[in-house]
Amino acid sequence: MTSPNFAGRNARRFKAPSVIPGFGLTFGYTLLYLGLVVLLPLAALIWRSSGLGLSGLYDIATEPRVAAGLRTTFFISFCAALVDLFFGLIVAWVLTRYDFFGRRLLDAFVDLPFALPTAVAGISLAALYAPNGWFGEPLAAYGIKIAYTRWGILVALIFIGLPFVVRTVQPIVAELETELEEASATLGASRVQTVLRVLLPPLAPALLTGFALAFARSIGEYGSVIFIAGNIAYVSEIAPLLIVVKLEQYDIPGATGIATIMLAISFAALLAINLVQAFARKRFGHV
Amino acid sequence: MGRQQGFAIRVEGVEQDFGAFPALRDVTLDIQPGELVALLGPSGSGKTTLLRVIAGLNAPDRGHVYFDGEDATNLPVQDRRVGFVFQNYALFKHMTVADNIAYGLKVRPRRSRPSRSAIAARANELLRFVQLEGLGGRYPAQLSGGQRQRVALARALAIEPRVLLLDEPFGALDARVRKDLRRWLREVHKETGLTTVFVTHDQDEAMELADRVVVLNEGRIEQIGTPAQLYDQPASPFVISFVGEAVALPVTVAAGHVKFGDRELHIDTHGLRSGPARVFFRPADIAVSASGAGEIEGRVESLRRTPAGVRATIAIDGYDQTLEIDSPLENAAALGDRVPLSLAKARIFPTEESAYVDAGEGI
Repeated sequence: MTSPNFAGRNARRFKAPSVIPGFGLTFGYTLLYLGLVVLLPLAALIWRSSGLGLSGLYDIATEPRVAAGLRTTFFISFCAALVDLFFGLIVAWVLTRYDFFGRRLLDAFVDLPFALPTAVAGISLAALYAPNGWFGEPLAAYGIKIAYTRWGILVALIFIGLPFVVRTVQPIVAELETELEEASATLGASRVQTVLRVLLPPLAPALLTGFALAFARSIGEYGSVIFIAGNIAYVSEIAPLLIVVKLEQYDIPGATGIATIMLAISFAALLAINLVQAFARKRFGHV
Repeated sequence: MGRQQGFAIRVEGVEQDFGAFPALRDVTLDIQPGELVALLGPSGSGKTTLLRVIAGLNAPDRGHVYFDGEDATNLPVQDRRVGFVFQNYALFKHMTVADNIAYGLKVRPRRSRPSRSAIAARANELLRFVQLEGLGGRYPAQLSGGQRQRVALARALAIEPRVLLLDEPFGALDARVRKDLRRWLREVHKETGLTTVFVTHDQDEAMELADRVVVLNEGRIEQIGTPAQLYDQPASPFVISFVGEAVALPVTVAAGHVKFGDRELHIDTHGLRSGPARVFFRPADIAVSASGAGEIEGRVESLRRTPAGVRATIAIDGYDQTLEIDSPLENAAALGDRVPLSLAKARIFPTEESAYVDAGEGI
């Protein structure tokens, strides 16, 4: 049954001929590790929460405190990812297009939110934006309160999401030749037209990827947020915190229920972004 | 500065420094309406910088640029109406060929923008003009190098520019495509009648295409002239060696006599100071002397057959360079023979490169 001939014909459907052999081995490892590292824990989660049934999940999701937490998490994550999209593009542009003193140092700083323990980031941000902090005090004079409100969550999520946008957009900005802008200018386009029609379309797929990554990261973020959010129920309580709260109350089904709901929404959101991206890639396919 | 009439483009005293390195030094240049001009020079000679200054992509540190007599030095590039074709084409990869061509029309302010259908018609017309009809729906990545070049040109022509500027238009193409495109560009120029300036480092390209050639070296204009003028009356040692092949013999000038070693060359030294100088001549201008008495003597080092005769490599006495001389079969020299050589035409320049004195032609 498994004559070499048969196997060869079968394998050809999966892959194009390659000078580097080892498709079977690497594909096997891919499946194994994806299974062990990603799918197994998720399966366990779904299995644990499956006892609840759909109606049980619905009950959890509509529990007012949980619903508020989910709304807070997804809405603020979305806003933070939008802000990161804008500033991340500017940072990536400046770091790639211009050569200035200290550029490499600044470039290294971008990765700090990756490297910093999230709790450290949260405590630092909370200290800065607290009513007696360096930023908090002058802002308080204008009646603006950041720490221990939803704005605090936004600030923390913007902080941790920024590198995702910068790092995905940077290589694409580097590929954009300055001649493209110059060509656009010689053809009479204004600066705004050049940005909107010539520069942004090729960047769109990378921007979407960066947005998706920042958004996904923000949804799962816990450490940095809880220190600055104040965690007031119905106001500035994020969904991941609710999971921890439920766990502390030994409400394992409740915790897994929230987790499953988050997983479903996240998956749907990322799938949607991927579809938009596939469309963008098709539209601007020859980028 | 006042208005400068009669010229399509006038560049006056333009200087540009990139850091400590002067890219353009006191460049003055007039281009007639409808002229096809080549900026020729080795890399780093400032030819592309000059083209970019004309286009408004570089702002000169000093000097002025005039279009049709009007000072355009401070006119932003968007308002100059120059058609610029970039060396790497700079096509918008996310737009189709037709959208690329139509871009310059689509970005016009609403008041002066043609209707959608008029834009499409114009794009189609240009596609036909650059012989790419039917390829309007493709993306640049799906085109060959020569086709991309044509799209870039059509895109530049779409805005009805007053001048067409091309940076190394054939630089990235293979030899056969280059030749075709060269002929084709000549036709385009004839049909559009546009004042056209192109940059090249290839002297054949410049000489074949251009009405006038501007030879640049180290940011300075060495000579401006028709191809014939550059060949026949090169103004400097640089021009004679860069434009076509040339052999340089070190000589000394003393009291109106030109000496190569201990031999005297019969070259007019009118206007030339005494001192070291160099005699330049084209390989074609030296031949084995028929009379048997030559100004220069050499020894035949090797012989090679060519379709028409024999090519001899000759080592010149008192000089470390060899010459290749073609002669017909009948009076071919033999290997090792000493042969007298005579110069049909030569130019002499003093050795200090700073003091060019145009001397008369030899013999």
